[in-house]
Amino acid sequence: MSIAAPRDGLLTGALRRVGAVGVFFGAVLVQCVPALARPRLIVHQIYNAGARSLIIIMLCGLFVGMVLGLQGFDLLQRFGSEDALGVAAALGLLKELGPVVTALLFAGRAGTALTSEIGLMRATDQLTAMQMMAVDPLQRIVAPRFIGGVIAMPLLVAIFNLVGLFGAQLVGVQLMGVDAGAYWSQMQGAVQLNDVQEGFIKSVVFGTACSLVAVYEGYHTEPTAAGVGLATTRTVVTSSVLTLLLDYILTAAFL
Amino acid sequence: MVEVKGVHYAVGRREIFAGLDVVARRGRITAIMGPSGTGKTTLLRLITGQTAPTSGEARVWGERVSSLTQRDLYALRRRMGMLFQNGALLTDLDVFENVAFPVREHTNLSEPLIRELVLTKLHAVGLRGAARLMPAELSGGMARRVALARAVVMDPELLIYDEPFVGLDPISMGVIVRLIRQMNRVLGITSIVVSHDVHELAAIADESYLLSQGRCVASGSPEELHRSESEVVRQFLDGVADGPVPFHYPAPDYRDQLLGVGRRAQGGRAQ
Repeated sequence: MSIAAPRDGLLTGALRRVGAVGVFFGAVLVQCVPALARPRLIVHQIYNAGARSLIIIMLCGLFVGMVLGLQGFDLLQRFGSEDALGVAAALGLLKELGPVVTALLFAGRAGTALTSEIGLMRATDQLTAMQMMAVDPLQRIVAPRFIGGVIAMPLLVAIFNLVGLFGAQLVGVQLMGVDAGAYWSQMQGAVQLNDVQEGFIKSVVFGTACSLVAVYEGYHTEPTAAGVGLATTRTVVTSSVLTLLLDYILTAAFL
Repeated sequence: MVEVKGVHYAVGRREIFAGLDVVARRGRITAIMGPSGTGKTTLLRLITGQTAPTSGEARVWGERVSSLTQRDLYALRRRMGMLFQNGALLTDLDVFENVAFPVREHTNLSEPLIRELVLTKLHAVGLRGAARLMPAELSGGMARRVALARAVVMDPELLIYDEPFVGLDPISMGVIVRLIRQMNRVLGITSIVVSHDVHELAAIADESYLLSQGRCVASGSPEELHRSESEVVRQFLDGVADGPVPFHYPAPDYRDQLLGVGRRAQGGRAQ
């Protein structure tokens, strides 16, 4: 084998992978239409991906908000603007930290669960058995999980933001003595609908990306124990990198 | 009904089938036998359209399986049932829901009717009392029996069994053997059974095929196979290590490898 071969293989492999994910995305979107006719399956997946991630999301949201409150207060008081802490915390959470941190947590909690579940179904012939029963696994297994993830993400981001604002208020107002009225009124006055929309759009895009990566990796798992482990790792790594990449692109687009 | 004609199939450079011919006739039980690694399960995958042959064709009810669209393939599969080697039960559903799964997916039957249908099939395999157990709570043999109930719940015209007797205790095995025979005789279901269990197959098969090294090396009724003087048939039926079918995977000379002669050339560990 020549030295150049692995480099060519890497590039070709990456392009092939992007193409395969694109084709898979198209196939999943097609199957989402019939899957929407079975809302019970989707609600079950929203529960799995969303409700089961609530504790970790709320806990992390609280700590992120508290850190934001501390750092924000420290920075703003240097300029005598500590009353603007509410605005800083709200914009930071709504536009950036909320969607990004939630997506990273989602990839680690719900994404890995999706990948390993579908991967194990692949490894134990459950997907093949479905195909043999003339049931398309893309429609019955993948599409509801994908839709569930896409719907769950904005809800989780909203809860993360809410708890984060509470955490920032806890530190800024209760501990550091920022005026409560100023904290909330400045936030109310400065935060625009566009800021909320930006965070919402990011959460939907990250939800789509993370869910797609999770179901893709699970569906294409090598049917071995090691294969499932590798696919789960790939889900976390790919989702995290993709989230940060998309965050930069979206932030640049919104500015 | 099922016709495999001149099939060649390779995985990478390894040739699995080199011109295989198999016919499973309507209403009969056809046994596919052969040593491990001869591609028996691959043959089932070709027949069910899970994979396509390199050349040649597999036809089911006259339809060339590899040429069908997914919609047509699924329509064809609705008339089939398949019992997987490991059961392949859906692990997030209990036994009842596993058996009810294809009924719920393909029919609009009322809940009482589904219940009756599922309990009837579970009763036939002796697991009506296990209806609310999860697959993780079942033994391997019980899982296989549930999978059999699921495979027959839609009353298929063709039933395909991949190693149905592996891991079953003698009682369960006797029940499964009787079930396969009864479904064939009473309901006229065509069956293809892949198995190593020569004696069980002899009791139920109408026709047997013995595969070896990519080809069908013998075929006929179980009696004909038992009377056969062919070396391959005798080696398989009598369970002998030495014969035309090598027991050992290709390897360097045993003595040389143990003594480390030509270690690097043969890929042995020198350290």
